[in-house]
Amino acid sequence: MLAQLRMMLKIRLAERCLADGRRERLIGGPVHLGVGQEAVAVGVAAELRKTDRVFGAHRSHSHVLSMGSSLHGLFAEVLGKDTGLSRGMGGSMHLWDQPNGFYGSVPIVSGTVPLAVGAALAAKMQGGGDVGVSYMGDGAVEEGVVHESLNLARMLQAPAIFVVENNLFASHMHISLRQPKQATARFAAANDIPYEIVDGNDVVQVRAAAGRLIGRARAGEGPGFIEAVTYRWYGHVDWREDIDVGVNRSAEHVDAWRRRDPIARLVAGLKAAGLMDEAWLNSLEADIGVEVAEAWQQALADPYPPLSAITSRVFADAGVAA
Amino acid sequence: MTGVRYNYGTAMLAAFEYLLEKYPEVFVIGQGLWSPWYVGNSMTDLDKKFGAHRIIDTPVSESACTGAAVGAALAGMKPIVVHPRMDFMLYAMDAVVNQAAKWSLMVGGQAGPGLTIRSIINRGGEQGAQHSQALHAWFAHVPGLRVVMPATVADARDLLIASVLCPDPVMFIDDRWLYDLEADLPPVVEYPLALEGPRRLREGHDITLVASSYSTRLSLEAAEQLAQQGISAEVIDLRVINPLNLDLIVASVEKTGRLLAVDGSWSPCGLAGEILAGVAERVAPAALKKSPARITLPFAPAPTASVLEKAYYPTAAMVVSQATKLMDKAC
Repeated sequence: MLAQLRMMLKIRLAERCLADGRRERLIGGPVHLGVGQEAVAVGVAAELRKTDRVFGAHRSHSHVLSMGSSLHGLFAEVLGKDTGLSRGMGGSMHLWDQPNGFYGSVPIVSGTVPLAVGAALAAKMQGGGDVGVSYMGDGAVEEGVVHESLNLARMLQAPAIFVVENNLFASHMHISLRQPKQATARFAAANDIPYEIVDGNDVVQVRAAAGRLIGRARAGEGPGFIEAVTYRWYGHVDWREDIDVGVNRSAEHVDAWRRRDPIARLVAGLKAAGLMDEAWLNSLEADIGVEVAEAWQQALADPYPPLSAITSRVFADAGVAA
Repeated sequence: MTGVRYNYGTAMLAAFEYLLEKYPEVFVIGQGLWSPWYVGNSMTDLDKKFGAHRIIDTPVSESACTGAAVGAALAGMKPIVVHPRMDFMLYAMDAVVNQAAKWSLMVGGQAGPGLTIRSIINRGGEQGAQHSQALHAWFAHVPGLRVVMPATVADARDLLIASVLCPDPVMFIDDRWLYDLEADLPPVVEYPLALEGPRRLREGHDITLVASSYSTRLSLEAAEQLAQQGISAEVIDLRVINPLNLDLIVASVEKTGRLLAVDGSWSPCGLAGEILAGVAERVAPAALKKSPARITLPFAPAPTASVLEKAYYPTAAMVVSQATKLMDKAC
């Protein structure tokens, strides 16, 4: 659990750093921050291994870092540097770290959901007991391909784990304005896929649910679905809070959810159990702070991709005669 | 040529069998694969020979199935997605255009989905506007996708094999109006798709006919008829339309001075227009004896009644007529 606390803090401080970098215009493109949602990725990733196949979406910093990616690789990517996770060709919205099990994230809502099913199907064919993981938001379930993917995964008994981070908002729109019911797990039920609805701000609960569903999938028993209810503290994109910009989003709501901070809750639990104290926490935060600052400075100093990258990375097979 | 007798459909069947036998990472997914009437004679009994776990007939879900093939390819498999009619594949445009085609670039060239999307042009027979389209030009517009259109029996087999073995996403488009073509084929030789491109199927010196897929068949028939009128037509079969290599076409037009592009789809922003534009950019005006011309479909969705269908689709006679006009000194 201390490892998960450390990882959540790392993600939190990394995203604070990215928020600052965006505000200071050091980052040229949009960053979708998931501060407040750290427990979801950290809880799921605690049950994953490097040979699993994880796919994300537009808000995926936590997904990639929780698989063990380097802060420097993430920062360099967000800054568009050649040393980034995607060699500077993707930015915040197109992250890649396949050696660590992170197959990729893209910003087309629900775009990677069927890809995760296919990677899971491949895992079933390859026979190693690996799983595919598809992170998506509550908005994604409004896309038709998600329903096709759930049905297909169930019919092929692919070891696919669908993780809906239900943070109640798609961009500015509250879920009550988009769906007649707020539990997205109803779509898992409709497709005969086992599901669990968990408090997404409780890393212990998330991990326990992930462990049960991933265990089934590894054993050849088919897909699973986790709905983790959570909340993002920042607005849809960049560092602003979007108070009263989003429909049904107010300072009171944000404050209420801040009081359910997944990190503070885990800290309180660990302290109550006598597993850590304030001095240890301060020292941990200071260490991670240094790690983040060093990675950021290195990424800022790194080179951009060469101009030849515009065309040289389009095809894997460069024998193009055009 | 000596070898085994195939038609265009059984040549593809032979390619599937070759790939499935030799490469355990190859699997096929799509609708109609366990049915004898969706894909002609091109996949007969593959499910019985290789098992339903490798020949996967699917729910009615073009989008998820294509996306799943992209994901499986990223995970080391060599999937072939089959769309028995290209029209239905439009549900899968995100997986094709946003995901498969862009993946390599988006991740800095560190990974790419080596999948093959087999889509079939299946028209005529009063099937109407949604069972008829040839949308290859759309896909030729997209960087990161290779688009292959076999016109011959040999290419139906060997380009399919090359497509599946290629590490890039490939759109392989075959045409049901070619399935009866016959030829003797030698044993399979694997070759890299990236080095394949247009090929001259008939040598000539008066006019260059450029075509792909079924239009190549029309052009070859037209060239035969033109020869009887004393007109020597050179026929170039495009084969790979993305990325498009114009070198052979440019050299041919520099020799003949006349260009007629034949394409079985619409004219605006289309493949025939791309050929004409490429020639206009690269062939000196003085080398052109006539303004280049093109034959395409009327700019309307396909009609249903057979009397209208007959007038709608290009024929070899239309190619002969247009080529003859280009030869006419008074014109």
